[in-house]
Amino acid sequence: MYVAVKGGEAAIDNAHRLLAHARRGDPSVPELSIAQIAEQLALLVDRVMTEGSLYDRQLAALALKQARGDLIEAVFLVRAFRTTLPRFGYSEPVGTARMEIRRRISATYKDLPGGQVLGPTFDYTHRLLDFVLAANGEEPVPPAEADVPQDEGGTPRVTDLLDAEGLIEASSAALDGSPVGDITREPLSFPAERDLRLQALARGDEGFVLALGYSTQRGYGRTHPFVGEVRVGEVEVEFTPEELGFAVPLGRITVTECQMVSQFKGSAAVPPQFTRGYGLVFGQSERKAMAMSLVDRSLRARELGEDVVAPAQDEEFVLSHADNLQATGFVEHLKLPHYVDFQAELDLVRRMRAEHERGQAIPLSEAAE
Amino acid sequence: MAFASQSASPGALPDDGTIARRRRAMALCADAERSDLEAILAALRCEDGVEDLRRPETGLVMVRGRMGGDGAPFNFGEATVTRAVVRLASGEVGFAYQLGRDAPKARMAAIIDALLQNPLRSLETDMALSPLEQRLSAERALRERRTAATRVNFYTMVRGED
Repeated sequence: MYVAVKGGEAAIDNAHRLLAHARRGDPSVPELSIAQIAEQLALLVDRVMTEGSLYDRQLAALALKQARGDLIEAVFLVRAFRTTLPRFGYSEPVGTARMEIRRRISATYKDLPGGQVLGPTFDYTHRLLDFVLAANGEEPVPPAEADVPQDEGGTPRVTDLLDAEGLIEASSAALDGSPVGDITREPLSFPAERDLRLQALARGDEGFVLALGYSTQRGYGRTHPFVGEVRVGEVEVEFTPEELGFAVPLGRITVTECQMVSQFKGSAAVPPQFTRGYGLVFGQSERKAMAMSLVDRSLRARELGEDVVAPAQDEEFVLSHADNLQATGFVEHLKLPHYVDFQAELDLVRRMRAEHERGQAIPLSEAAE
Repeated sequence: MAFASQSASPGALPDDGTIARRRRAMALCADAERSDLEAILAALRCEDGVEDLRRPETGLVMVRGRMGGDGAPFNFGEATVTRAVVRLASGEVGFAYQLGRDAPKARMAAIIDALLQNPLRSLETDMALSPLEQRLSAERALRERRTAATRVNFYTMVRGED
């Protein structure tokens, strides 16, 4: 237990002054601007937006600068800022089928209607350090251009293709007027339905969600997944203000969407077919979107009548530990003064040792307190 | 609702054409830079007599997606949004809601929305937005051409040895 302490004000003030000095680093090195962070560390900014659960590139870049690049500290700053703002309402669901596509790949169909485009990707790079960048060398060559194929019916989701044959489950449709859960309004309780699970996974720590997704591939709740499709690009966000009565286009955000397709052996009521896991995150982050879709599928075990035998299928375990801000809060609070608590434990251990010397054990229930 | 009732034409719901034109302008203003809107308003000369019914205010909109892209909705994260409401001297009430925290830009977008509803100003306002629309669509076309250059065709190799 943490007990309040007082004192140390001067030391704390000076520690924060020293922090500001350390943050700036060597003054002979030019200071980073927010624009530089937003433009040149774009994927880190995307991650702060996703895990901070707030789409605002400039704020995320500022948070990274203030946090000296500490990702979770930056998430903390962003989450704290959002609590100062009023909530205007909920957007219309974004239409990823109408995305302005910057990247789209499929591991299941090479001749996907609408085509595959690689976009700006690290895939197929050689992962050799580029010392030209270290020397602040050459301007990159301008991107290649090519004619845009004329619209051949847009870019249907890969899952729509399988849908036509009935080989894949249909998305669960919205029930009329059924409320959409929101973990920023009500704390999670279990069992949690899929809307809440997806919200928690979307803001969940990338490393944690990645590790859980990986665990399903290694056999802990195996789902035989394929990437049906990953797409990255811009979608329009629309919001219907009460006073206007029509949907206002708010502007565009970059998102990454993953459709993971998994085997399902069927049940008494349902023939064998493919099931789906879904990932959707802010910015360009296909690792997170893919991991999210794997874990989303695993967490559907209860709904699909699968045995819950692995950590990634246990929604209480996954959702209670996915948020890196909650996790760091509880882990890092251990460094705060626990003097009274520890004194009590000291007394207890001294008593236990005395009993031990007398050859008498203390009851376990008391020792565990 | 309080603001809507102060509109210049109370009771008469605008026809679909007006809403479509306002939505087009709102989308353009959302994608624009602040300097674009400054230039447009300078050309339209209408800063006189603009009353702030709601001073620009930044808040949050929870962005929703759909499970599987097409299923039931879920909340996947918030975005900063700035809104403003203005009234022109001629009575039209203009609204702006746009991503980000740029208060002056939201206020200018609200003025443009109000001008679009004025029968005497709507045509020139539409026209003043056209260069912005052309620039944004040229930028989009360039992005699409660059993306198209990364279009890939994978070929499946025949497996096995015979």
